[in-house]
Amino acid sequence: MKKLYAATAACALLAGAASAEEIKLGILFGFTGPIESLTGSMAAAAEKAIAEVNESGKLLGGSTVTAVRGDSTCIDAAAAQAAAEKMVADGVKAIIGGDCSGVTIATLTNVAVPNGLVMISPSATSPALSTTEDNGLFFRTSPSDAREGEIAADIMMERGIKEAALTYSNSDYGKGLAEAIQKAFEAKGGKITLSAAHEDGKADYSAEVAALQAAGGQILIVAGYIDQGGAGMIRAALDTGAFSLFELPGGMIGDNLEKNFGAEINGSFGQVPGSDSPGMEVLQGMGAGAFDVNSPYTAESYDAAALMMLAMQAAGSSKATDWAGKVMDIANAPGEPIMPGELGKALDLIAAGTDIDYQGASGVELIGPGESAGRYREIEIKDGKITTVKYR
Amino acid sequence: MDVLNGLVLLMNFVVVPALSYGSQLALGALGVTLIYGILRFSNFAHGDTMAFGTGITILGTWGLQAWGVTLGILPTALLALPLGILVTMGIVLVTDRVVYRFYRRQRARPVILVIASVGVMFIMNALTRFIIGTDDRAFADGPRFLVNAPAFKAATGLDEGLSIKATAALTVVVAVIAVGLLFWFLNSTRTGKSMRAYSDNEDLALLSGINPERVVTITWIIATTLAVTAGVLYGLDKSFRPFNYYALLLPTFAAAIVGGLGNPLGAIAGGFLIAFSEVSFTYAFKKVVGYLTPGTWEPPGLVQLLSTDYKFAVSFTILIIVLLFRPTGIFRGKSA
Repeated sequence: MKKLYAATAACALLAGAASAEEIKLGILFGFTGPIESLTGSMAAAAEKAIAEVNESGKLLGGSTVTAVRGDSTCIDAAAAQAAAEKMVADGVKAIIGGDCSGVTIATLTNVAVPNGLVMISPSATSPALSTTEDNGLFFRTSPSDAREGEIAADIMMERGIKEAALTYSNSDYGKGLAEAIQKAFEAKGGKITLSAAHEDGKADYSAEVAALQAAGGQILIVAGYIDQGGAGMIRAALDTGAFSLFELPGGMIGDNLEKNFGAEINGSFGQVPGSDSPGMEVLQGMGAGAFDVNSPYTAESYDAAALMMLAMQAAGSSKATDWAGKVMDIANAPGEPIMPGELGKALDLIAAGTDIDYQGASGVELIGPGESAGRYREIEIKDGKITTVKYR
Repeated sequence: MDVLNGLVLLMNFVVVPALSYGSQLALGALGVTLIYGILRFSNFAHGDTMAFGTGITILGTWGLQAWGVTLGILPTALLALPLGILVTMGIVLVTDRVVYRFYRRQRARPVILVIASVGVMFIMNALTRFIIGTDDRAFADGPRFLVNAPAFKAATGLDEGLSIKATAALTVVVAVIAVGLLFWFLNSTRTGKSMRAYSDNEDLALLSGINPERVVTITWIIATTLAVTAGVLYGLDKSFRPFNYYALLLPTFAAAIVGGLGNPLGAIAGGFLIAFSEVSFTYAFKKVVGYLTPGTWEPPGLVQLLSTDYKFAVSFTILIIVLLFRPTGIFRGKSA
């Protein structure tokens, strides 16, 4: 045994990194449940990053990485924790995920932190995650909804909106986003006349719209889902003539917005997480049918996986607590910018001691407690179509 | 001018929505109350009978639209409605044969029939989802508005718009016709009279030679017709999603019980009472008060009795109050 230790130590010294090993990374997404249509693409993108690193053979002296998939279900915290605990038993070093905010908070506090695992979520956007006790183990490549609130407030201010009514889906997402928008808008001198929840999946929203109309406002902010109550609220508001202009956050931007309302909501505007970063195109070329970068959070998933492996290289160890502190250095300037498909080159640069600035597909820039600064696409409905105004 | 604005506002957000919602509830509650009167149990499967019938009607509507058949200014769904009613009737009568008749012969207590109907409800619900899926289905066609808000503003020069959806107007008209036919049937035809006799005193009716199975069959047929009509109108006016009809069960039952279970007139009154209460308790009267009081004063608060989150609590509260002070309902039904 002693000999083995000595040998390993020698190897480590020689290679300037740990010896070759098999590193397991968990991928904890809701492969069943409300966002199952997104997770296939997300997981394929994360696995693409892993495959790329394996092909290069340059991680920690030729270590290989294997992905272990687990089902977070997006909504069932107990199921997500069980899946994460199974990953711990399988010996994963870190978890790419979770996906939805609720299950991410639950697995982070109950599984990842006690076991000293890093979690990098590509899609959990709840502001609550910015302040969750994480011992520096949690990061996300998606922005917090608090950021979207500020963007929304900026857009409204620039368009001369001073008073707005606000409705939100009665869910963790809707509530968090609504609070963020209200806080940011009021800080900039705007006024939210009434913030009222709507239940998803109801047939009739005329009572909710009536209350909002009575409270007044130039526009109605709809922090909901386009395939759920959000569409019902817009329909009822248009039918009764209560509002004709809407501010539409990310959950409302989708094909069904054009299909259901089209020219009826001309002039409405909103913002959706999205990037014009050059990395998107590069990654799309690498997708080759396995995934689609235009599917939400796919680029972020690739970046989450890439960040983990680059941080391991930088720390010279696959042990999560060793490399968690390196994630921010890798993601941010200064350093050589790294695009998708250049992970092999990045590993070489790190091994040579050069600083890198991982840009990735989504233009990663981590701020505050390790979350993406986030880029948003400002949109406006013109002639019944969603058009891009600019990126901010 | 201000008074007019206030009245229009009230019409647009309280009276018109409550009238159409009330008609839909009244039609549903009539079915519940008829079944209670004749078969003596609360049929929990009523909401899902509505959903099933509406689902079939939607399929029929799509078929007609595909063949290019429309009803001009009226929704095509009205043409497909008889199909929905017939298919649902078939299912309901089969259910009666295989489930309810067994318990009726055993003279089972009402609570056993109620639980059996809960089972039927789940099966019906699953069947509906299986056939038409769980998503929102839009099947309304024809013009959307009878009066539309911007046009109304332009025509009258008022600050507030009034919009009346074509489907809302249609709902009220169809409900009036259906209720009229039902009352004519119950009061003037031999079969209707035998139904009322059976409901009033079962033993006496049997002695006078009324065939109980026939009465039961006709009750199911009428209740199903009302349920599917209510369901289709609700779907046209709002939107169709199988689960919504299950949620409609509470206000429907509240309407039937408040009016007095087993009393058709009570069901109608109950439907409108529940609808108007739900809408007006959760409406914010701020602007209306502002218009109706002299000067430019507007109340600083919303003048809203209950937040819209508590909409369903209104039905519950009315139900509890009525059951406490007048357990047989406003119109003296059979429940005690």
